[in-house]
Amino acid sequence: MGTLVVRGGRVIDETGERDADVLVRDGVIVEVGPGLDAPGAQVIDADGAVVAPGLVDIQVHFREPGREDAETVETGARAAALGGFTAVVAMPNTTPPLDDAKVVGAVLEQGRRASCHVAVAGCITRGREGHELAPMGELYDLGVRIFTDDGDCVADANVMRRAFEYARALPGAVIAQHAEDPALVAGGHMHEGEWSARLGIPGRPAAAEITIVARDLELARLTGGRYHVLHMSTAGATALVRAAKAEGVRVTAEASPQHFTLTDAECASFDPVFKMNPPLRSSDDVDAIVAGLVDGTIDAIATDHAPHPPASKELAFEEAPPGMLGVETALAVAITRLVEPGVLSLRDALARLSWQPARIAGLDAHGHGLPIAPGNAANLCVIDPSETWVVDPARSASKSRNTPWAGWKLTGRVRHTILRGEPVVINGEAVR
Amino acid sequence: MKHLLSIEDLDRDGIVGLLDGSEYMSDVLAREIPKVPALRGKTIVSLFYEDSTRTRLSFETAAKRLGADTMTFTAGSSSVTKGESLLDTVRTIESMGIDAMVVRHASAGAPHRIANWIDASVLNAGDGRHGHPTQALLDAFTLRRHRGDISGARIGIVGDVRNSRVARSGIQCWSRLGADLTLIGPPTLMPERLEGWPVQVTFSLDDVLSELDVIYVLRVQQERIGRALLPSLREYYARWGLDAVRAQRLKPDALVMHPGPMIRGSEIATEVVDGPRSLIREQVANGVAVRMAVLWDLIGSGGVV
Amino acid sequence: MAESPSGAPSAAENITTATDGEAAPVGGFSLSTSAAATVFRTRVFGAEDLHRAQTRIAHEIVERNHGPRDVVLVGLHHRGPEIAQRLADAIESFEGVSVPVGALDVAFYRDDIGLRRVQPLGPTEVPVDVTGRVVVLVDDVLFTGRTIRAALDAITELGRPRSIQLAVLIDRGHRELPIRADFVGKNLPTAEREDVRVRLRETDDVEEDTIELWGPDGGDE
Repeated sequence: MGTLVVRGGRVIDETGERDADVLVRDGVIVEVGPGLDAPGAQVIDADGAVVAPGLVDIQVHFREPGREDAETVETGARAAALGGFTAVVAMPNTTPPLDDAKVVGAVLEQGRRASCHVAVAGCITRGREGHELAPMGELYDLGVRIFTDDGDCVADANVMRRAFEYARALPGAVIAQHAEDPALVAGGHMHEGEWSARLGIPGRPAAAEITIVARDLELARLTGGRYHVLHMSTAGATALVRAAKAEGVRVTAEASPQHFTLTDAECASFDPVFKMNPPLRSSDDVDAIVAGLVDGTIDAIATDHAPHPPASKELAFEEAPPGMLGVETALAVAITRLVEPGVLSLRDALARLSWQPARIAGLDAHGHGLPIAPGNAANLCVIDPSETWVVDPARSASKSRNTPWAGWKLTGRVRHTILRGEPVVINGEAVR
Repeated sequence: MKHLLSIEDLDRDGIVGLLDGSEYMSDVLAREIPKVPALRGKTIVSLFYEDSTRTRLSFETAAKRLGADTMTFTAGSSSVTKGESLLDTVRTIESMGIDAMVVRHASAGAPHRIANWIDASVLNAGDGRHGHPTQALLDAFTLRRHRGDISGARIGIVGDVRNSRVARSGIQCWSRLGADLTLIGPPTLMPERLEGWPVQVTFSLDDVLSELDVIYVLRVQQERIGRALLPSLREYYARWGLDAVRAQRLKPDALVMHPGPMIRGSEIATEVVDGPRSLIREQVANGVAVRMAVLWDLIGSGGVV
Repeated sequence: MAESPSGAPSAAENITTATDGEAAPVGGFSLSTSAAATVFRTRVFGAEDLHRAQTRIAHEIVERNHGPRDVVLVGLHHRGPEIAQRLADAIESFEGVSVPVGALDVAFYRDDIGLRRVQPLGPTEVPVDVTGRVVVLVDDVLFTGRTIRAALDAITELGRPRSIQLAVLIDRGHRELPIRADFVGKNLPTAEREDVRVRLRETDDVEEDTIELWGPDGGDE
């Protein structure tokens, strides 16, 4: 490790904004201020750019183990670094699932060489089957802080209750729910609404999310457990979380970029690139998600980066698996959809992309999302907030191509990403 | 017209043009040699991911009456169920040199996807719950022959509208032709949302029975009971079945239609199916003429304007 | 129906469309280019000339076939059925016999399907069994012969006539197939790019029948 200076940028973090250079030595920020230099230091050009804490994505699917044809820890982490992320949380719905210390250990081992910090979420239940608790303590000891059966909802209220209770013995652990009642969404492939009725595609009603969130909030009240709503997508659930927060329930929530930009009308193309769970919702829901991001009801933007190899999306809508890519576009979609129209300031957007999710996942303890100040780990990203670019799936670093924003002109681009003091992305190119 | 994917792609004139073309084809079918060499040298593939012998035979007969060569791919008899992507399957078939692909698929929009991938014309022969445009055209053709004009006709569609591609296409087709449409059935079988649909809805067949000019009966499937949509077929038939007593209450000149296959005694009584006001047999017969008109329009007439 | 040569659209191919300036009997290619580029050359037939030619053809048909007994007149859409009816009326006026008249649409039998826009023009209706009879095909203009070839296919699917003959108002030459007319109103030498425009009271919304020759602007090629 060496010395580098990030020169000429505007530093934005939780504490505020200022024009400053950032001097990094051996992976740690040593000085922040104007006109910094050090003999032999590598100069990282941040002229005209924003220097921010590295972004943190608390919901990605890197498909390893089991579907390395779709993504691996290595390729997913590289894509994430290109998107400005220095830390991600990989979801446990792999094959086999991350319900076992050995499997979790193997994924973490893969992550050690990756282009960003790869934390993992552990299963709530063994085999993600919804019945018996996974060895949450063993996984916790390996560093797991988020527990979820994501991909599937923990439908059994009693199992959910016990998970909340048990996790109280694990400080900093959080129970995260894929909130869709499986009975209500059975056989459904898109949001149930005007479009599903017209297209004849069986729907997944908003009520499936709202009822589970309502129930889980009640269980969180009952147990004092910590609850996190993954990829919240409905106006109804947002309202419930807002009210619960007001009365002090320990709840956090995240939204995915697709849920504050795209609606179910996209499904009229019958292109399964627009298929995901929870589904793209109505424009009223999109508005409610944006409002939730603005007023703090929704704490984090998380991508639910869900790669699928091309062949599995070259199917009819109802046959194709759900999920879309996200890590390379999340920042730009947030800037384009939220910052440019003046809905959020850039710093508020960064809060939802960096330090707030870092705290939910306990990644602040690993040096992510912290203020850019001496003594903190040098996990940084340098952003050109007004540069525009066109999304070209063929140029993605992911193994997959299923981005719903193909061809979109977005504003905001990552120039450099620095992981523990080492550049992993320079001038928009991955170097690790 | 390059493809026929959905009735939504047609305006009123487009529909009327195809119905007129169907009249012409009907004349061809009435000849002693009911065949013309109009599509000689053309190859038409039926790609059926969902079994439907009736529709497949109707299309293949239409193709043969126009002198085209036909090939059949069914999911059961090929690699299509073995995990090959839809794209790979259709590209493989296309490379054999084809002019049109007739697609039946259990998923909505499969023909639309295929149309984006290949150069040949694509005909939707039924996609999931979404559409069945040639069924809608043959129903409109059959009705027009009996009424002359569909405009102003009060048509009641009874049954499982929610899961019916026939109903979705039929509603679009008839509404473009000016019919006055009423959906009738239990709330669990009505579409969840009806904003923008040119229809009225009633849960009581008996309330509207005597006002209908046409009653279009849809199939009701046993599997709806297992999914808590209906208590029993007996209860369904008692409330929404077109039995002989209800048929008595229809207007004297009211007509009865059904897309088939039907379950006599579950949704419609045998006497009504075989009765004088039933167009059901004719619907099947007209299918060939309508599909000839569509095939000719897509790949014969040179009509891509 | 008048004919057009095979192949890509050309001025010559616009002949049939140019004859009536509206719905294209055979091809749907826009007339506007040809109409703009073509000018009137000469009147071939006025109403009286045409009437005389029809009457003569009617007599020749009866004479050739030793009476009208087995004759059935089958007109080819477009205009052929109306001309066939005129011939039948003429025969009835001097023979006192009503000859059956039919109509034939050859669209589906053409050999240029796929090369250009082809649409059915009208119903095929032949009121009698053609087997054993003398079928006289009737059309307005004989050009390449391709329409007649298609008509031969179409008529033989209806039965096996004892013989098939051909009557046309104008034979303008430029045959592409070994086909000739048995009864001709007028042989008219033309250039390939010229148009023969037939307008009849029954089909073309005119007061008086005319047949005119139109050609490309700028004189002869």
